[in-house]
Amino acid sequence: MTKTILEMRGITKTFPGVKALSDVNLDVREGEIHAICGENGAGKSTLMKVLSGVYPSGSYEGQIVYKGEEQHFKSISDSEHKGIVIIHQELALVPLLSIAENIFLGNEQAKGGVIDWDETRDGARKLLKMVGLNEDPDTLITNIGVGKQQLVEIAKALSKQVQLLILDEPTASLSEKDSQALIDLLLEFKTQGITSIIISHKLNEISRVADRVTVIRDGRAIETMDTQDITEDRIITSMVGRSLDDRYPARTPQVGDVVFEVRNWNVYHPQHRERQIIRDVSINLRKGEVVGIAGLMGSGRTEFAMSVFGKSYGQKISGEVFVNGQKIDTSTVDKAIRNGIAYATEDRKTYGLNLIDHIKHNTTIANLIGVSKWGVIDDLAELDAANDYRKKTNIRSSSVYQVVGNLSGGNQQKVVLSKWLYANPDVLILDEPTRGIDVGAKYEIYTIINQLAAQGKAILVISSEMPELLGITDRLYVMNEGRIAGEMPTSEASQEKIMRSIVRAEGKAS
Amino acid sequence: MTTETASTGPGAAAQPTQSHELSLVGALRANMRDYGLLLALILIMLFFQYFTNGVLFKPVNLTNIILQNSYIIVMSLGMLLVIVAGHIDLSVGSVSGFVGALAAMLMVGWDFPPELAFLAHPLIAGAICLVVGAAIGAAQGYIIAYHRVPAFIVTLAGMLIFKGLSLAILAGKSVGPFPAEFQMLSAGFIPDVIGPTTLPWLAENGQNVVLHTTTMVIAILAIVGMAFSSIRTRARRKARGYDVEPFSLFVIKNVVIAALVLFFAYMLASYRGLPNVLVVMGVLIAVFVFLTKRMTFGRRIYALGGNLKAAALSGIKTERTTFYIFAIMGALAALAGMIYAARLNSATPKAGQGLELDVIAAVFIGGASALGGVGQVAGAVIGAFIMGVMNNGMSIMGVNIDWQQMIKGVVLLAAVFFDLYNKNRSA
Ligand SMILES: Nc1ncnc2c1ncn2[C@@H]1O[C@H](COP(=O)(O)OP(=O)(O)OP(=O)(O)O)[C@@H](O)[C@H]1O
Ligand SMILES: [Mg+2]
Repeated sequence: MTKTILEMRGITKTFPGVKALSDVNLDVREGEIHAICGENGAGKSTLMKVLSGVYPSGSYEGQIVYKGEEQHFKSISDSEHKGIVIIHQELALVPLLSIAENIFLGNEQAKGGVIDWDETRDGARKLLKMVGLNEDPDTLITNIGVGKQQLVEIAKALSKQVQLLILDEPTASLSEKDSQALIDLLLEFKTQGITSIIISHKLNEISRVADRVTVIRDGRAIETMDTQDITEDRIITSMVGRSLDDRYPARTPQVGDVVFEVRNWNVYHPQHRERQIIRDVSINLRKGEVVGIAGLMGSGRTEFAMSVFGKSYGQKISGEVFVNGQKIDTSTVDKAIRNGIAYATEDRKTYGLNLIDHIKHNTTIANLIGVSKWGVIDDLAELDAANDYRKKTNIRSSSVYQVVGNLSGGNQQKVVLSKWLYANPDVLILDEPTRGIDVGAKYEIYTIINQLAAQGKAILVISSEMPELLGITDRLYVMNEGRIAGEMPTSEASQEKIMRSIVRAEGKAS
Repeated sequence: MTTETASTGPGAAAQPTQSHELSLVGALRANMRDYGLLLALILIMLFFQYFTNGVLFKPVNLTNIILQNSYIIVMSLGMLLVIVAGHIDLSVGSVSGFVGALAAMLMVGWDFPPELAFLAHPLIAGAICLVVGAAIGAAQGYIIAYHRVPAFIVTLAGMLIFKGLSLAILAGKSVGPFPAEFQMLSAGFIPDVIGPTTLPWLAENGQNVVLHTTTMVIAILAIVGMAFSSIRTRARRKARGYDVEPFSLFVIKNVVIAALVLFFAYMLASYRGLPNVLVVMGVLIAVFVFLTKRMTFGRRIYALGGNLKAAALSGIKTERTTFYIFAIMGALAALAGMIYAARLNSATPKAGQGLELDVIAAVFIGGASALGGVGQVAGAVIGAFIMGVMNNGMSIMGVNIDWQQMIKGVVLLAAVFFDLYNKNRSA
């Protein structure tokens, strides 16, 4: 029998108006990978924030026993001193500092307040090697992708002599390859005796890597499963309280004429004028069709979508956009929206939401015309709209007056969706629409996508989860390094086939 | 939820559910900041009432407080928009001084040839001043919005430029006095079209209380209007199945507001009635409350102050909105400058200097966030009154100007500190 390293007993945490956790028990054994699963807003992140001292001792009820001693963490640095390091759902790196500076942020390699840069770089290089990241420590964080940023976070954790590593949805914004690498890293840490707690909505990962799984539902710990019991279905049943027969709702496409077309789209990097990001991309969408764009992270899908949507990315943009055969002007977001186009961002915090305002205002902001006359907002019409979409997307909150910044990550994502559904576009571009969303809610979102398609809208889905694309789309484009590398009906597509067209494109490019 | 179709528009949603009254404690807590601020103002007034031996609440003094603070309040309305949008305007003091100087030169300083003499007419000159103010604001706003130069820097430059310009056009001298019509802006009171009412039973020391009847009538009409509109709003919310505040709170709130309005109206009426400038201010406050709470333009300001990138990606023309905000601020600074000049009855090279700090302080005391996205018109107005009452009270008590400054600084700090403390506790 292995030792218990952590025991949380009877944890109860309330926010004004919400009981986020009630009487939760969790025990974690030394050296294991312990997964925590649960629906959006179940209280997973809150539990980890309690553990790591983000919510200081005293602001919750219950006990934390770590390595046999009761702990009263007053702050994150208290828990870090004991070797507990948390990597949050939203990364906390400083974009304009270098990798090395970020790794040692707050823990500088300094003597008498003077930073020893050689030490810093050497130390960083050693840590980067441990996490398998092959980058110069002087590279700025903005210049590396999310996958690598995640590894920098882990290197930073390692620099703090971590013994219990907490990862809150570490793979949510990673490509499959990067996720794989991260999971392998966790397994490697395990052999070195580091204990990990991982929160994730990607149940296939969980079932592969976790030694035990604790499921939380509505702020209560439902059960803890042992290795031999862990299957995706079992986790789902426990999470949602019923079994989910299909991951994707049945789809009977009724596809009409081409309604949306982009021709010969070219975009250059916003800062580096010479770097071409999108090369000669042409795509089309038909009425009632759900089309996906597959590709690796950094293949230019988001950049393509944002540059089409009101030139929100890049410079020296050229190409044409047609709606119903008419050439349209999408040079500003306002014009794009008025031509019936909507783009729901993948980066909800930066581009999607006003975090200090409540759900109601966030829902209507892209379509204020819909709730106003002569520039005067009809408060009750707005309230109706917000309540309606809160119900449709199943947002878990105390009311539409809950501040968006206080919602759980997945529920924030649903607010972004609500906002664009309410804008009632003809062409809806969804960029990673289910990032950080639980299985049950994913199914609901797919259902909404189907309904929209059935109403004759055209939907473009950008996703890094290939099974999702294969499950919900009618047709797929494959994008690689800013070019369309392939196109296929989903019925003929498979993960292998998509990967093959990417590899073929890379072969051609080099 | 799977059977519904995703349709838009308000009609689709209206499935009346049971309307509930929120709990009294919950409703109070939710609005604690708003009530707290008003309470703070009332407490400060009572404090000074006591320490000035009752001078503060004398009709003539209350009228004075309004006259003394009118220009701060006018500018704090615009500053609220600027700060909610995440910017700052340091130039408003100098701009108001410059416009005051311009008004003086137009009306009395410059000798126009006969065919241009109409420019000196107070109405025309006033209109020119407003346009000039708006143009100054627009110019600064253009640089801030479209060229992305930080507002702090642009308006700091503006502050220096217009300080210099007022000196230049006044040639370093004071210019005045203004024509009588122009002085009416700050010194005038609305005419008592109904005629005075004498209340002999309230006679004090053999002196009858004579009320300015029109003022009282206006106040009563305003109270009836407000009560009517809040009853209607409540009924509409209830009918549509939405929660409403507890009835007891609703009644208390309306009665308290009505009593306050009536009390101040009575005070003003027993002096000389409603000052003209209060009418101007009242209308402006109402317009700005409506603008920020009910209009799409206002909503967009909060959105872009809260998250500029998200606002832009929601189709808000962030540049144009910012530009308008600064133009509005400029026009209000111009109006404030004229009120100030009319009150002093002359334009001086030093007029307006440092006013920007009082205006900014008022907005922050009123609960706006320096990060943008948060703030209320009512808060800014109350904030301005808190500053004004303290100025007035301390002057009557004979507190030295150095101490006055320090105390105001402490109050500003305490207000913002209290705000942050509250916010952290609720998070
Ligand atoms: N600061 C806060 N104020 C009020 N409510 C909060 C706050 N933080 C979290 N909550 C609420 O607590 C509940 C649990 O949130 P939490 O972030 O722990 O969910 P989660 O399980 O991590 O969900 P997700 O999978 O979406 O990330 C939610 O209902 C959320 O709205
Ligand atoms: Mg979470």
